[in-house]
Amino acid sequence: MEIIFEPWPWYVSGPMIALVMFLLIFMGKKFGMSSNLETMCSMCGAGKSTSYFNVDWKGSRWNLTVMLGAAIGGFIAAHFLSINEEVEIAANTIENLQELGFHSAGNAYLPERLYSLEALTQPGPLLILLIGGLLIGFGARYAAGCTSGHAISGLSNLQLPSLIAVIGFFIGGLVMIHLLFPLIF
Amino acid sequence: MKRTAGYLLIGIFFGVVMYKSEAASWFRIYEMFHFDAFHMYGIIGSALFLGVIGVQLIKRSNARSFFGEPIKIAPKERGFKNYFFGGIIFGLGWALAGACPGPIYTLIGAGYVSILVVLIGALGGAFLYGLLRKYLPH
Repeated sequence: MEIIFEPWPWYVSGPMIALVMFLLIFMGKKFGMSSNLETMCSMCGAGKSTSYFNVDWKGSRWNLTVMLGAAIGGFIAAHFLSINEEVEIAANTIENLQELGFHSAGNAYLPERLYSLEALTQPGPLLILLIGGLLIGFGARYAAGCTSGHAISGLSNLQLPSLIAVIGFFIGGLVMIHLLFPLIF
Repeated sequence: MKRTAGYLLIGIFFGVVMYKSEAASWFRIYEMFHFDAFHMYGIIGSALFLGVIGVQLIKRSNARSFFGEPIKIAPKERGFKNYFFGGIIFGLGWALAGACPGPIYTLIGAGYVSILVVLIGALGGAFLYGLLRKYLPH
């Protein structure tokens, strides 16, 4: 039982993600988390600004329910299924991050420099989180899918568009971390 | 009602997996883009390995959903520019905020208040895409 409270290894987590996709397929739906962003825009009346959001969002309520579940799952996992929040990343990575000024590397789940309550009162980290979110939302809808919709669902169905999107994800990620991080941090 | 409970349970399971696998950790995403550990590649790779086999089996059989309906797995629309450019933009954000949409919801539940800023940004980004859609190459 104790093993549940430790971080789960990849060979347990990966198959469980595949299981989530299969369960949704057998529910007659598909696994894709970013379309919820669009649904929430429609719910909030974004259809008044552009017809793109003028859709019957009630047909997507099932996915909002999955989303709500994902939040509840996060609550359960963080509060009842974990002993500590440390993420044991590679020694190399810790060293790299220390140099960039991320002193919580290896001792936290999220970097304090960006995600602590204290950081929330500073304009710099706040702007970084906001811009990060903007890029995520814009990119995910432009590419018509995110990690779940393309890297898992789409590639599982051997879809070329998903491969193109995933290559894009990696180009963007590598550019951000290797070229832009030294400028931002 | 039964279906709704099903979606909720699947979501809860997904959220627990995202948190416990540390796929929702900013540090794991950074580490992945530094190629310093196998962890994230193992997660995505093993999910895909089983995913490809399972989806092919489902497509080749006459599998029906839990409710007896035929299963349809729709192909993605053809295209290049929107997938490529959209993908790059998403990747930039994924690496910066260290979370993709699934983990954003999970981290809200886990109690990280700041992730709400990322969610607000993501909603703004999706809205902006809706506005600019007709001017973008697809």
